[in-house]
Amino acid sequence: MTDAAPGLYIHIPFCRSKCPYCSFYSSPSTELIPAYLKALGQEMDFCRPGFLTFDTVYIGGGTPSLLSLEELGAIMEGVTKKFLISSGAEITMEANPADLDHQSLAGLKQLGFNRLNIGVQSFDDKLLKFLGRRHNRHEAIEAIAAAQAAGFDNLGIDLIYGVPGQELPVWQETLQLALSFRPAHLSCYQLTLERSTPLHLRLLQDNLTLPDEEQCADFFFRTAATLQEAGYQHYEVSNFARDETACSRHNQKYWQHVPYLGLGPAAHSFQEDKRWWNKADLAQYLRDCGKGIAPVEAAESLTPDNLRLEALFLGLRTSRGIDLASFNNRYGCDILAEKAGAIKQFIERGLLEINGVFLQPTPGGMAVADTLALM
Amino acid sequence: MSHNIRNFSIIAHIDHGKSTLADRLIHYTGITDARTQKDQILDNMDIERERGITIKSQAICLPYKGKDGKTYALNLIDTPGHVDFSYEVSRSLASCEGVLLLIDAAQGVQAQTLANLYLAMEHNLEIIPVINKIDLPSADVERVIEQIDSELGLDPDNHLKCSAKEGTGIAEILEAILERIPPPQGNAEAPLAALIFDAHYDSFRGTVIHCRIFEGTVKSGDTIRLMFNKAVYRVEEVGHFMLTRQKSEQLTAGEVGYIIAGVKTVSDVHTGDTITLDNRPCAQPLPGFREVKPVVFASIYPIASDDYQDLADSLEKYTLNDASFIYEKDSSAALGQGFRCGFLGLLHLEIVQERLEREYDLSIILSVPSVRYRFTLKNGTTMEVDNPTYYPDPTSIAASEEPYIRAAMMLPERYLGAVMKLCMDKRGSNSVLNYTGPGRAELTYEMPLAEVIYDFYDRFKSVTQGYGSFDYDLIDYRPSNLVLVDILVNGEKVDALSQIIHRDRARARALQACERLKEEIPKQMFKIAIQGTIGGEIISRTTISAFRKDVTAKCYGGDISRKRKLLEKQKKGKKRMKMIGSVAIPQSAFLAVLKSDND
Repeated sequence: MTDAAPGLYIHIPFCRSKCPYCSFYSSPSTELIPAYLKALGQEMDFCRPGFLTFDTVYIGGGTPSLLSLEELGAIMEGVTKKFLISSGAEITMEANPADLDHQSLAGLKQLGFNRLNIGVQSFDDKLLKFLGRRHNRHEAIEAIAAAQAAGFDNLGIDLIYGVPGQELPVWQETLQLALSFRPAHLSCYQLTLERSTPLHLRLLQDNLTLPDEEQCADFFFRTAATLQEAGYQHYEVSNFARDETACSRHNQKYWQHVPYLGLGPAAHSFQEDKRWWNKADLAQYLRDCGKGIAPVEAAESLTPDNLRLEALFLGLRTSRGIDLASFNNRYGCDILAEKAGAIKQFIERGLLEINGVFLQPTPGGMAVADTLALM
Repeated sequence: MSHNIRNFSIIAHIDHGKSTLADRLIHYTGITDARTQKDQILDNMDIERERGITIKSQAICLPYKGKDGKTYALNLIDTPGHVDFSYEVSRSLASCEGVLLLIDAAQGVQAQTLANLYLAMEHNLEIIPVINKIDLPSADVERVIEQIDSELGLDPDNHLKCSAKEGTGIAEILEAILERIPPPQGNAEAPLAALIFDAHYDSFRGTVIHCRIFEGTVKSGDTIRLMFNKAVYRVEEVGHFMLTRQKSEQLTAGEVGYIIAGVKTVSDVHTGDTITLDNRPCAQPLPGFREVKPVVFASIYPIASDDYQDLADSLEKYTLNDASFIYEKDSSAALGQGFRCGFLGLLHLEIVQERLEREYDLSIILSVPSVRYRFTLKNGTTMEVDNPTYYPDPTSIAASEEPYIRAAMMLPERYLGAVMKLCMDKRGSNSVLNYTGPGRAELTYEMPLAEVIYDFYDRFKSVTQGYGSFDYDLIDYRPSNLVLVDILVNGEKVDALSQIIHRDRARARALQACERLKEEIPKQMFKIAIQGTIGGEIISRTTISAFRKDVTAKCYGGDISRKRKLLEKQKKGKKRMKMIGSVAIPQSAFLAVLKSDND
């Protein structure tokens, strides 16, 4: 897998307002967008020696759809000028439903985006409000319809379950409505409250009750069953694809230890046995890039043990599982032999399966992938 | 010269400021400066500072120039503060002529204030009540003066006031020590009689004996005899405890100091034993000696069996400094090679466990503690069993006996009902009630030791809201109806969790053990059945349900390192768990089985 082409991630660190559950870095200072685009161009120059060719580009955030078509165009121009983007590359942008209309969608298409990931989160107005989203149910439906009409067949919809107050039927309704569009891709995330987010603070103050482990398991398995019945492949813990070709090619690189370059504040990069990440502060990022310094916060060298553990917990998140032969080649570890006892038990308990050269999690196993990885 | 000496101790309820006052006295007499000063000088071990209790006795000699212009040597002897160590306390107090009885101005008289007062009275010591923390906004000095009169029965006019924290009232305390505590008696020319009140191990010099000279003189080159051990040593060095040891010519009657005499381990020295000269012995050993024997037994196993040798080495080093701890080899079907150990009580056990983990960096598991039972078999032989593994075949047992203690409790009358009920719950009998003062009761009960180590002390403290004091002595063995309760985890017997229990208690305790384990063992990927059994018959059962989902929802570029670090941490945590079959049992589970519900 190391010979696979790397992926390029570009972080757009701007949001009009911060959602109370989100821990990604963003700033409301949209007046800094021009300065940011310039700095981004400079950062591309620093990275060029290490990375040249990409076959996926993913513009995430933050809220990339806050940028005008001209601004997005400038980024794409920089990318295509400074790097080699292979033909047929997957070029994704994350979008907020409130920012999408026929005009912007047509423009995105023209800029070369061939995949759109819409942060719908829910079709329930009460929950959308709780989650601090700018859009409502109606706008979400409009946005999806408009995107499909604009020819974005490779369309992903993000949804969240396990929101306080969300009953299973409400979630089922949201799922059914999403399915009615037959989107190429669905991401269904369990709400996870990262430290120092406003909702986490409320949790600590006992001002919020999250569903317990049993209820979350119910949501998870119900979701998997519903989407599988509808013909979707459950190819990663939180990700479902209409068919093989609809899997997010970019995201799969993360789970398969394929190199990736992350540009922008707080973005992470990975190559061979190194991972490094940029400063999570726009002002510092601008300052560093302006001075011609790479805006890197820190880097780590991964030991063979680190890499092995990552490959295990990442691989077991995916239905593809772990390619035993290439695992042995790359990480120098015959897990089937070394962890024979644990693997046998997990197979007996219906959590793992061996299919050909793959060690694969069952749906039940996927739900406990982190613990399986500690085998 | 002994009229220039004062030997005293500070006694107090926990947190009434004993260590702070000791620091102040030390600082005031000028043997430390701000540079070397750290808090709680006498509590050398981290664990003492953290738990706020003193485990080992410490002594320090404070040079002090009195208002009369003369120079005095004030020997402050710090004492341990828990029922497990009450014998050590009594030997320290026996080395003094007086005590400062410290009382918190806000909290007033508390349980240990009284318990310590009684101990001091038993040794006929001069008692100086000192009201501490008078700087607190909540201080109520008048109330405490009232209590000194009504609850302690001491002269309320004789109290002193101080704030050890702010350093006020210290000069008055030092003068009161000179004036009110009598100088030690004793004749420097008489045959040597020195009381051992503690000993510690020094890696360069071997055992350092802490002693109080009552009669005679000892100097380097003398040949001394330890009267109980009947062992003879040549004195290499004597001296006083300043901030560090300070060598001197000799120690004479009335003085407190140390003797180094080539004694290899502290176990060769018994606290309370008398040191005399081999060629000119004293007629009688000093009174009050008792051989301290362990009463609680448990096995220690390394979590990783590779660590067995490390554990063996650490125990060997540890015993150099703790004479009351004993151990021998042991092995368990579930936990592998380990050691069977004897302790003075549960606190002592917890301290040993903590020190082994902290000072020797070991991960260990302790089996459920037990007392020593006695069985008479049908073939006429008698055996003592402190390890449930060696519980005899039930059909071969003719009679079972368990050790009994006499518990002596002091408490305000208002708690009598609750304490009597607790003692009855603990199979107590033959109670005796005395009133020692208005509203104050002294209650004694005879109880099985096993009930006392189980959770008695915690519950006693709780029902008396901390106002009761408790001490006990072993009295004898009495017939009992005993059974062996085993614990099965997913069908597999965990011998380290087996307990010998009175038959009437078996069902309740087995259920409690199961429930405790349910709380302590984290959910795993499969259902775990925990059962308590007697001879194969299941008497209790709980189930830990499996967890179904733990996977993190999002794992993209930035999440991967964080997730890996988290898993690595979990992996380390798992190494601190013991695998029984496929069930990971945390260390804490083994001791939790014995803890009470009310903790």
